[in-house]
Amino acid sequence: MVELKTVKSELIAKERNIVSPGDVLAIGLDYLPGSGTYRAGQEIKSKYLGLVKIKDRLVIVVPLSGVYIPKSGDGIIAFIEDMQPTFWITNINSPYDAILQVGEAVSEYVEQGADISVYYDIGEVIYAKVLDVTRGKQVRLTMNDYKAKKLVGGRLLTITPSKVPRVIGKEGSMIEVIRSKTGTMLTVGQNGLVWLKGGYEGLAAKAVLMIEREAHTEGLTDRVTEFLENELAAAGLKPPAGEVKIIKKVKGDENE
Amino acid sequence: MKMSKFGAPEKLIVNGERLDGRGLKDFRPIELDAGNLKRALGSGLFNFGTTHAIAAVYGPRNLHPKWMQDPSRAVLRCTYTMAPFSTTERSRPGHSRRSTEISKVIKEALSQVIFFEEFPKAVIDVFIEIVQANASTRCAGLNAAAMALADAGIPMRDLVSCCSVGKIDGKIALDMAGLEDNFGDVDIAVATVGGTDKVVLLQLDGILSKEEFFEALDLAVDGCSKINDMQKKVLLEKYRGEEK
Repeated sequence: MVELKTVKSELIAKERNIVSPGDVLAIGLDYLPGSGTYRAGQEIKSKYLGLVKIKDRLVIVVPLSGVYIPKSGDGIIAFIEDMQPTFWITNINSPYDAILQVGEAVSEYVEQGADISVYYDIGEVIYAKVLDVTRGKQVRLTMNDYKAKKLVGGRLLTITPSKVPRVIGKEGSMIEVIRSKTGTMLTVGQNGLVWLKGGYEGLAAKAVLMIEREAHTEGLTDRVTEFLENELAAAGLKPPAGEVKIIKKVKGDENE
Repeated sequence: MKMSKFGAPEKLIVNGERLDGRGLKDFRPIELDAGNLKRALGSGLFNFGTTHAIAAVYGPRNLHPKWMQDPSRAVLRCTYTMAPFSTTERSRPGHSRRSTEISKVIKEALSQVIFFEEFPKAVIDVFIEIVQANASTRCAGLNAAAMALADAGIPMRDLVSCCSVGKIDGKIALDMAGLEDNFGDVDIAVATVGGTDKVVLLQLDGILSKEEFFEALDLAVDGCSKINDMQKKVLLEKYRGEEK
């Protein structure tokens, strides 16, 4: 057995490399296994088919596909699926359901036994924040957040959750491009659901799906701008004028 | 080719060549792909010559019935089935003793590489369908399943690769094809992790001496390592090809 401390550390994978499970990313103790990686003896290996990110000594692999695993503090889009006397059960596009308790959803006093469907009813869609997640993956949501609201109208798209940061762009740049070209307001949940409302929704939806398809490539913002301009020109449409409120960026932007 | 009255060829190796013209250490033409089923979260396709396998992965997803849930880790379910038209005589659709056994050994092989503890209470479903069978179906199925799991974004230690070896006319050969499997002396399926010599599946049918067994195992481990390289290459190129 080789003494670990005597092994010379070496970084094998490079930033933005695509790796498959089991690929060696780094050797030696000078590098640390971040998310999406594991240490096997002297080597740090990838757990996923994904993109390599290196932050100083930390080696990370961002998966290219996969399901959403809830994390405390995430802003997500949830479907109300069931109702109990004091809480709602929601589908959050994940292997785990989340619950929203009346106390976290309503600011006023609610009588015991009152009908809570007046606040949120089955079939409605909300933007909520993940309050906490237990080790057994029991998820609680909260509406106690300035962005939390009921989503009415518009349309919903599902994308791969790991590609959400690309749809948002650096400091919301991609959302801003789509909003300025199509006039559509985008609300992006960390769980991979995107809510589009207003403007040329169909065109905005095409752009979001294009981002999902090409999320692992570089220079995407420019290509999306070009795509939208071409589509608008082909349809003989003009970008909507006037001031549209810019949606604040969602957590996770730094992954861009 | 001379055949005996039971349909068996008189010899499986003629002038150093096997019935399909291969050498002893050659694979049949291998074709593989990933992500071709759009409705599944992950999918893989693997062909050994005319043996065609398709695998689809769903999940991790909510597990019902609830009593099957494990609060500390995910559960893996594997289903191997053969299409009724996959064999020369129609095979009855649905499960059989054989498919139940193969589902079990594939599940045990894949269980060695998946990080189950990341998805407590959930289930990962792997469905393997043999569209066309000409021996080594469990190997093709397992290879397709490993690629489907990687494509679905399931955390894994490494890819599982599998191939068959056997003894025909007293000689050890790689990748058993239809008649060799039926009329050969020995058939062994071997799966390894990540092209190394860590074996996660080994099924032997027939009688071998100790020396022959180790010769066959070395050949199989070597073959699995080649398959592992192909699997990784296809997975990576699927995304690199799209990169501009």
